[in-house]
Amino acid sequence: MPQPIQRINDFVIKFANVNGSGSASANTLFAKAILRMGVPVSPRNIFPSNIQGLPTWYEVRVSEQGYLGRRGGIDMMVAMNPQTWDQDLKEIDPGGYLFYDSAKSLPRSRFRDDITVIGMPLTEICNDSYTDSRQRQLFKNIICLGALSALLEVDPNEIAQLIGEQYKGKETLLKPNVHALQMGRDYALAQLKCPIGLRVQRADRVGERIFIEGNSAVALGAVYGGATVCAWYPLTPSSSVAEAFTRHCKRLRTEPETGRNRYAIVQAEDELASIGIVIGAGWNGARAFTATSGPGISLMTEFIGLAYFAEVPAVIVNVQRGGPSTGMPTRTQQSDLLSCAYASHGDTKHPLLFPEDPRECFDMSALAFDLADRLQTPVFLMTDLDIGMNERLCDPFVWDDCRRMDRGKVMTREMLDAGADFGRYLDVDGDGIPFRTYPGTHPTRGAYFTRGTTKDRYARYSEEGPVYVDNMQRLLRKFETARGLVPKPVLRKAAQATRHGVIYFGSTSPAMSEALELLETQGLHVDALRVRAFPFCDEVSEFIAAHDQVFVVEQNRDAQMRMMLVNECAADPARLSPVLHYDGTPVTARFIVREISANLGMFNIAPLRKLVS
Amino acid sequence: MTYLAKPKLHHPSLPVNRLGYTRRDYEGTVSTLCAGCGHDSISAAIVQACFELDVAPHRLAKLSGIGCSSKTPTYFLGNSHGFNSVHGRMPSVLTGANLANRDLIYLGVSGDGDSASIGFGQFAHSVRRGVDMVYIVENNGVYGLTKGQFSATADRGSKSKRGVTNMDAAIDMVSIALQMGATYVARSFSGDKAQLAPLIKGAIRHRGAAFIDVISPCVAFNNHPGSTKSYDYVREHNEAVNFLDVMIGRGPITTEYAPGELREVVQHDGSVLRLRKLREDYDPGNRIIAMNMLQERAAKGEIVTGLLYVDPQPVDLHAHLNTVETPLNQLGERELIPGREILEHLNSSLR
Ligand SMILES: Cc1ncc(C[n+]2csc(CCOP(=O)(O)OP(=O)(O)O)c2C)c(N)n1
Ligand code: SF4
Ligand SMILES: [Mg+2]
Repeated sequence: MPQPIQRINDFVIKFANVNGSGSASANTLFAKAILRMGVPVSPRNIFPSNIQGLPTWYEVRVSEQGYLGRRGGIDMMVAMNPQTWDQDLKEIDPGGYLFYDSAKSLPRSRFRDDITVIGMPLTEICNDSYTDSRQRQLFKNIICLGALSALLEVDPNEIAQLIGEQYKGKETLLKPNVHALQMGRDYALAQLKCPIGLRVQRADRVGERIFIEGNSAVALGAVYGGATVCAWYPLTPSSSVAEAFTRHCKRLRTEPETGRNRYAIVQAEDELASIGIVIGAGWNGARAFTATSGPGISLMTEFIGLAYFAEVPAVIVNVQRGGPSTGMPTRTQQSDLLSCAYASHGDTKHPLLFPEDPRECFDMSALAFDLADRLQTPVFLMTDLDIGMNERLCDPFVWDDCRRMDRGKVMTREMLDAGADFGRYLDVDGDGIPFRTYPGTHPTRGAYFTRGTTKDRYARYSEEGPVYVDNMQRLLRKFETARGLVPKPVLRKAAQATRHGVIYFGSTSPAMSEALELLETQGLHVDALRVRAFPFCDEVSEFIAAHDQVFVVEQNRDAQMRMMLVNECAADPARLSPVLHYDGTPVTARFIVREISANLGMFNIAPLRKLVS
Repeated sequence: MTYLAKPKLHHPSLPVNRLGYTRRDYEGTVSTLCAGCGHDSISAAIVQACFELDVAPHRLAKLSGIGCSSKTPTYFLGNSHGFNSVHGRMPSVLTGANLANRDLIYLGVSGDGDSASIGFGQFAHSVRRGVDMVYIVENNGVYGLTKGQFSATADRGSKSKRGVTNMDAAIDMVSIALQMGATYVARSFSGDKAQLAPLIKGAIRHRGAAFIDVISPCVAFNNHPGSTKSYDYVREHNEAVNFLDVMIGRGPITTEYAPGELREVVQHDGSVLRLRKLREDYDPGNRIIAMNMLQERAAKGEIVTGLLYVDPQPVDLHAHLNTVETPLNQLGERELIPGREILEHLNSSLR
């Protein structure tokens, strides 16, 4: 048997649960208690497209160094699901630990001898203490949590404190939970060897950071961005954006005097209606958004084209996931870049924003409404399941109370009265952006008829070729203007001058940061550019031009970002090396390091295992 | 095709309404539809209704899908904002527009292809949500703009111009609207402006989902013998159940009516729908009776027209959503953005 793994504040623990067994809240308590001890954690839910009965996993990476990407490899498995036992056991790294419910005995052959096995008769303890079957199930998770607190030295007071916050004012729930926690802990301390080689030690590495799901942050950004209309159709992993918006609005957007709502949320009959409602509201001067995923985007594409040509602001949140509606909907990917950037018929292209974490989800969500109004066009916020549906440690939200909504070029009644020349599609400032009027502005001036492309600068019907071309050229000028308005990329220079670069974006960010550090310790210097938006700022082309070889790391099969870079920056494809991860799990630092170092011809590097620990 | 501005020569003797507008102020550009197309008569009825109701043109937004019918909003209310959206999706765009500003009047114009085929779902859902709107379907039983294919309202057994018989069952838009909970439901005929214009007026003053199915013959593709949407056929089979007069406030009743012949319905906004009964047994206040009656008459081959159902106290989508009185598009930072302090509280709850 190899030496049991000995690590403090740096390990991965995975909980194998059954969907719908009430494990979620115990899992969160575990992660948050460690955070409260000042040690960064990054949990990830791995779940099937199912409500009850199927296996789910909760994987927590504990990392004092603050690595928030998925690491790969499991140091300890909490195996609570007999159905996935064999598979779960196989995943544990040699020298790792297995914690399981020993109430039912298993033959020796079902175990491994290169790991430490810790059995605890959870079911028995539960059945002895509770009679109600639902209670047995729920408290089993808490008893287990109590035992883990002893095994891993997680401060039980932090857990108890969290339980107290969760059940504030609900004494009847609070007490039995704390009791169950204590019961589990007492058993472990008395009957098991505590602590094990994996331990949590108080540190001061969390600071002011907050812990939130990206979808909730997007929704909060929409509140701060001034969105008043939300139309949506349920679709994992995007549903919780609209659900969180509903929650935030209930608290933050009620008119105090009347109790009435300063928002309208419609669960539409499908995504066609969702985007139609958003476009109708945007046309009429309200800030509106929808949240969806790939299949929803597919349904919306006709409307997206209309909004592009009719120049109607709209914000579309795409929480990306794998493939069609069966198979991969609960797995993460960055595979809708092309389908969003060029969504629809005719010549169309749209601004995309790529947040790296919940903090940027918030910022970019609020920003998207300014951009959509300023540019009078649909703007996509491209998150994914990994950021969207997992709680992630990130910088706290900030807001400047002096900030005003940028409603863009809106011609008012006063301007019309003063004799302003209103042409709905007239480029008055040379930036490609025309003025618009809201319906109802003026009794006799400023009304126009909105349609697709068959119109002239004054929104009059025309099918003339030159008139069409004139309009299309203006739309290109507008896209150029967008290039100067979207968030600039973030450059991270290597310690030494290098001819190698890497481009990445979105949820790849934490894995990439870690990978860069690992590469650096191997003497591999790579400059890194985190792209934050499309259209690509000039800095992106300059970065490519400044390096002989640029790796483009993305979570899709077809190297969609690379295609766009080749296409939009006229970059030489030979210089752009794809690094592609698309099995539905979040990309890891190990994967990136392996791909890049292999490509750099560095085959004799230290084994990865050592690299990471 | 080019844009034809209609010369706005105001004859000094043209009557003006209470806002000082003449009927011409409610017109749009010159129609490019086929001469004799039923849709143009509906546009004229809309102009008349808005003129007579003193609708401020800029306080009305007109939205449509795609089709000959959906083109018509250019031909009326030139001072209103219009939106020619995508095929079958006017209802969602209208819903969004209505959510953004509850103070305007929303007029949705659609065709039978637009609303009964590709947009059947959106039609039904906008009605069941109770969107405050006037939803007019200009129903000719064919796709005019794509040159005469059957639409989903074509009657089983009716013949196309090329002699093909339609074997699919017809969708009756009025029955669906009733079933989906529309609170003002009417059917009319583009050839009967005297009946149609008041129905549009009543719908404009209705504060809920008002639906009007207007049989509107397509002279190019569906006006031949064997069609059930031709001028001749509709005239022959039209069975008006009542005649409507819309009053703003209760005016004196000038004509003599037989007892039980007249019925007044006061709508939520105070407008009075004065209904002259043409069929003794028809009661537009009862949805179930209306639905039964429609089925019975349809089985007899009658095209029932008139105000078929009205609920004078409708509840609209804004009421369901409990939105504020102020239009959402007029709320500013103060009402919408909670600010830094609240965000900091939120931050601390996330640690
Ligand atoms: C997505 C899509 N599919 C097909 C069409 C082609 N199309 C244009 S109008 C129309 C039918 C219109 O029929 P109807 O709504 O009855 O209007 P009408 O012309 O008869 O007034 C069709 C199929 C389209 N514009 N968009
Ligand atoms: S084709 Fe038919 S519906 Fe279209 S304009 Fe001509 S008559 Fe009217
Ligand atoms: Mg038609």
